[in-house]
Amino acid sequence: MTERIFKGRPVLSGACQGEALVSRQGFNTLASFQKSVILRSKKAICSDQNNSDLFQKEMTGKILCIPQTIGSTTGGLVLQTIARLGNGPKAILFSEHIDSLAAAGVILADIWDNHRFIVVDQLGQEFLHSVQQGQTITIAEDGTVTVK
Amino acid sequence: MILTPEDQAILDGKQGEVLQKVMKSVVVYGETFGADHLVPITGSPHMVTSFGANTIQPYFDMLDELIGAGLQSKEPFTVDPRPMEYDRLNPGLVEKLAFNLIFGKQAAYEQQLKKLGLKDENSFTCTCYLPEVGNTPAKGDFLAWSESSAVVFANSVLGARTNRNSGGIDLMCDIIGKAPYFGLLTDEGRQATWLVEVKTSSKPNAQLLGSAIGMKVMEDVPYIVGMDGFLGTGLNPATEAYLKDMGAATASNGAVGLYHVENITPEAVESGRTLLKPGYQTYVIDDHELARVYQAYPLLWKNANTQPDYIFVGCPHLARHQLESWIEQLENQLRHHKANRLKIPVYLFTAPDIQKAFISEKPDTYQTLLSQQIHITSICPLMYMNNPLCGRKPIVTNSNKLRTYTTARFYLDEDVLQIAVTGKLPSRGGK
Repeated sequence: MTERIFKGRPVLSGACQGEALVSRQGFNTLASFQKSVILRSKKAICSDQNNSDLFQKEMTGKILCIPQTIGSTTGGLVLQTIARLGNGPKAILFSEHIDSLAAAGVILADIWDNHRFIVVDQLGQEFLHSVQQGQTITIAEDGTVTVK
Repeated sequence: MILTPEDQAILDGKQGEVLQKVMKSVVVYGETFGADHLVPITGSPHMVTSFGANTIQPYFDMLDELIGAGLQSKEPFTVDPRPMEYDRLNPGLVEKLAFNLIFGKQAAYEQQLKKLGLKDENSFTCTCYLPEVGNTPAKGDFLAWSESSAVVFANSVLGARTNRNSGGIDLMCDIIGKAPYFGLLTDEGRQATWLVEVKTSSKPNAQLLGSAIGMKVMEDVPYIVGMDGFLGTGLNPATEAYLKDMGAATASNGAVGLYHVENITPEAVESGRTLLKPGYQTYVIDDHELARVYQAYPLLWKNANTQPDYIFVGCPHLARHQLESWIEQLENQLRHHKANRLKIPVYLFTAPDIQKAFISEKPDTYQTLLSQQIHITSICPLMYMNNPLCGRKPIVTNSNKLRTYTTARFYLDEDVLQIAVTGKLPSRGGK
């Protein structure tokens, strides 16, 4: 498969590789992680009924590819919690500018809980259009994202 | 970001490590959005996190650090509704055990909130801006609120200025008494990028209209036209309640933090269509579009035709006149059907201040309501349904926010009234 390279802004920098989990619609953080957080599941299964891309898919350890997060303002708190539970994605890639809920969550997890989600934003619409579920993604410190 | 010398000293750790982390959180958050300075918060805070769920330990640990350092909010704050109120909504024995497990830290968390600056015992509501509660910011106030339905109301209906802050960062801003200047705090961020033309044949259901708008514009600012024909111009309590419910749906079905309604909301009255940014997109909502949105809601009940256990009305919490109106309509239904009690218990959710005032002003009416299966509670229905045992129950609601986050089945108000008194589900209401 052809390798494609995208350049974004590292919001919280880091390098990693993993499997793409793609939502082409806004990612509702509370709706998606609600069950996993309440039940403290080792594996987080997406519980957002409104998200046909992700509903009932496993999110743990994946590289979440989304436009932005949406929904309840507990969204950041949910990200902070799944950081501690260790059942969240290892990285989050935003095609758009990161939104205020996700930003608060990943920044507080980083500063107060010493848990870093690798976060790159502004990867562009072409990134979200072309990336497919299950593709291998490599993220570099400088925000370069390679999809193959 | 350019900071005052005092704020820079805090960031440099000269007032202790914990306050340094608070300032760092706010500064990094602001810089992520290109904020070049902080502005003083001029209204009282409101926070989303009201629940002592065992799983959010990182949050409690963070609060312990703040309390340990002697920090608290600059101004007293209100907070979202409590998750439980057993004397008003008794979930059952096993469910209660599950609640005690899930929200086992409720009492300890409320102690933390008191130490951090909770306004008072009645401060637990998502509609803190209602006059009975009194946390009502003025036009132009800078805030760092969370709770998506309160944020969108404060911005749109009151003309205050707050971003959609998440639980946690709200408190960080409130402790330093400043918010980073970006997004919905700025004039540019309050410009609309969508023109929404409402062309329905009658006044649309607020919750359904909000859902359609939220799903379409997501986090953008819509400028909505065509509503003054249904609501009149300017604001009054009925219009405010309509916009409260519409806004909650835009914020939960999408991520709307601000909308303008032509000839109705303050900034739209002031500036009109100059609020529209050049190059805006257009979305037309007619009867057909609303029907499409309604029919697309997934049905998450195991048995589509099962009789509901409860009906939940009031997410976000009901204003006093909405509470009175629902009671009147339910009693009218009972009279019409010559029945003494509803087939399906109805729970009306409202702010503790309103609930307590109603019960103390009308003790006899309240007892009659209970005998008719009409209940008034001040908890959060979403939190109630977070209990997996309660979440499995077939529950009907008129709230699009509750539908979005739970298995509750959404119906329009007129259908909700019918279901309450007959126990029968109409054919529509989710595919």
